[in-house]
Amino acid sequence: MSIILKNIFSTEFVYMWIRVVTPILLPALGASICNQAGVVNLGLEGIMLLSALGGVLGGAFGGSLLAGLAAGLGTALLASLIFAYFHLNLQADAVLCGTAINTFASGATVLMLFTITGEKGTSSSLKSFSFPTVNIPIIEDIPVVGKILSGHNLITYVALLAIFLVWFLFYKTPLGLRIRSVGENPDAASSVGIHVRRVRYIAILLCGVLTGLGGMYMSMGYLGMFTRDMVAGRGFIALAAAAMGQSTPLGVFLSSMLFAFFDGMSNTLQLLALPSQIIEMLPYLATILGLTLYSIRRSRRQRTLAA
Amino acid sequence: MNNRKINLLVDSMKLLLILLIALVLVATIIFSVSKEPANALYNFFIGPFLSPRRIGNILEGAFPLMFTSLAVMLIFGAGQFSMIAEGSFFIGSTAAMALSISLGLPAVLHPIVCILGGGAAGALVAAVPALLKRKWQVSEVVTSIMMNYVVQFFAIYLVTYHYREMSSSSLASLKLADTSLLPKLVHGTNIHLGGVLAILLCVFCWFFIYRSKFGFQLRVTGCNPRFAHYVGIRESGVMVGAQLIAGCIAGMGGSVELLGMYNRFKWTASPGYGWTGIVVALLAKDNPLMVPLSACFIAYINTGANIMAMNSDVSSEMAQIIQGVIMLLIASGALLHRWRQKLVVEAAQKEQAQAAAAEAARA
Repeated sequence: MSIILKNIFSTEFVYMWIRVVTPILLPALGASICNQAGVVNLGLEGIMLLSALGGVLGGAFGGSLLAGLAAGLGTALLASLIFAYFHLNLQADAVLCGTAINTFASGATVLMLFTITGEKGTSSSLKSFSFPTVNIPIIEDIPVVGKILSGHNLITYVALLAIFLVWFLFYKTPLGLRIRSVGENPDAASSVGIHVRRVRYIAILLCGVLTGLGGMYMSMGYLGMFTRDMVAGRGFIALAAAAMGQSTPLGVFLSSMLFAFFDGMSNTLQLLALPSQIIEMLPYLATILGLTLYSIRRSRRQRTLAA
Repeated sequence: MNNRKINLLVDSMKLLLILLIALVLVATIIFSVSKEPANALYNFFIGPFLSPRRIGNILEGAFPLMFTSLAVMLIFGAGQFSMIAEGSFFIGSTAAMALSISLGLPAVLHPIVCILGGGAAGALVAAVPALLKRKWQVSEVVTSIMMNYVVQFFAIYLVTYHYREMSSSSLASLKLADTSLLPKLVHGTNIHLGGVLAILLCVFCWFFIYRSKFGFQLRVTGCNPRFAHYVGIRESGVMVGAQLIAGCIAGMGGSVELLGMYNRFKWTASPGYGWTGIVVALLAKDNPLMVPLSACFIAYINTGANIMAMNSDVSSEMAQIIQGVIMLLIASGALLHRWRQKLVVEAAQKEQAQAAAAEAARA
C-alpha cells in the first residue's frame, strides 16, 4: 500500500495524470458545448475513433503532421455533420444516432485499416506522425512544477487552453449566449429570432473539433499509432464528465481530472499483484460511482429547493 | 386509403429505401476497397445460401440476436435508453459457464439450471442502471455502457483466474459439462434447441407487451410517463420491471448461445450482440413477432460478411458498417415524412369531398 501512496504523491504520477486527462478533457469540453445547446452527443466515442485513424492515415499518405491534423479534423467534422444532419434535420433520436455512428466507426476503422495495411490490429506498419512534445522555457527549470507542467504533448496544452476558450465562448461571446439560450429554452430562443437549428449545428461542429483533437491525441500522442477500438469508452466517460461538471468549463475540467485519476491509478496499481482485469475495471466503476454521487447531491439539492 | 394503410405503405417504402441505400453503400465500399469486387459481392450476397451449413449459420446467428433484440425492445418500450443488453448477455454466458463446469446435474435439469442462472445474472446486471436511474435519476445511458465494460473485464477475469484450461495456449475455459449442452436439431448444422426457446420467447413477449396488464402499463409509460403517473400507473416501477425482465432475457440468450454453440467459453471480449440487437429491434418496429425475421436478416448480413472475408480481400467488419447505416436511417423519423403527410391530407380531402357529395345528393 505504501508503494502506491508513494507513487501517487510523486511528480511522475501527476505528470501522467495530466497525460491521461487529455483524451477525456477534450471530448468532455466538446460534450459541454453540445449539452449547453441541448444536444446529447452520444457519438463522441465513434467520432474520436474515426479521427484517430483519419489523423494517422492523413499523416502517412500526406507525408506530414499537418496533413494528418487536417485529415483528422476533417474526419471529425464530417462525422459530426452526419450526426447533426440526421439528428437535427431527419429528427433521429440522439441516442440512436450516436450509437449508429459508434457502430459504424468501430467497423469502418477496422475495414479501412485492413484494406490499407492488411492487418486488423494496429497501424504499426504505417509511417506515423506524432504531435511534438513541448518544453516550456523557464517553467521547465522550476524543480517540482517543471517536471509536472513541462514536456507534455502539444495537444495536452491545447486541451488546457481549450478550457479558457470554451469559457470565453460561453460567457463572453454572442454565439455562446445563443448556444446557452437554445439549450435552456429552444422555443423562447426561437421567438426572439435565433435560428435554433443553425446554432445547434455550430455547437455540434465545435464539439467535433475538440473531439477530433481528443481522438488524434490517442493515435498521435498518447500512442504513436492506431490500434483497434483504442478509444475504449473514453467518449462515454467524457459524456459522464460533462454531465457531472454541469457543462461549465471548470466543472468539466475538475470531473475529467477525477475520472482520469482512476485511469492513472490503474497504471500505478499494476505494481501490485492484482489481476489485470480488476484494475482495468477501475475507471469504468469510478465513472458509475462518480456519476451516482453527483446525482445524489443533485437530487438532495432539488429536494431542499422544493421544500 | 385510410391512415392505417397509408402508414403501412409509407413504412414499407421507407424500409425498402433503407435497404436500397444499404445495398448501394455495400457495393460502393466493395468497389472502392477490393481488387476483385465481383467475387466479393458474390460471396457477400449469394454465399450464405450456397450450402445447408451456411444457411444453418444464418439461423444460428439469428438466435442470440433474437434474445438481445427482445431485451432492447422492452427497455426502449419503457422509454429507457439502457444499453445493458450487451452486458446482460455476456454475464449470462459467464454464469452459465460457471454453473455448467461446477455443478454435476442430470442431462435435462442441467441446461435449465444454467439458463435460469444466466437469466438471473443478466437481470442483476440490468438492475444497476435501472435502480440508479429510479433512485437518483442517474443517466442510464452512460451507466449501462460503463457496466458493459465492467462486466466484460469481470467475465474475462473469472475465466482467466478460476475456470481456465491451462493446457490451452489461447484463453479458453475448462470443458463445459456434456450434460449441460443443448442438443443439435438439424444434422450437419449447429442449429440447436435454443432456437426453439428464442421463438417461444418472441411469442411470449408479444403476448406480454400487447395482451397483459403489465404490457399495457409498459406501453403507456413508454409513450408518456407523466400521463401514466396521473392515471395511477407506478411508472418508475414499470420502468425498472421492464429492464429487469429485459436483462433476464438477454442473460438467458447468453447462456443459450454458450451451451448451444460452444463446448468451452472462448470469448476474449464482449461479443457485441447487445449492440446489434438494437438494429434488430428497430427493424422489427416494436413487434416481437417480427423479431425472428429481422434477426435472420441481420444474421444474413453477418454471415455474408464472414464468407466474403474468408474468400476475398474485404474484411468482415463490413457488417458493422451496414448495421450502423441502417440504424441511422431507421431512426430518422422525418424520412419520407412529407410524403406521408401528403397522403394523409389527400385522403382526408377526398373523404371530405365524398361526404359533401353525399350531403348534396341527399338534399
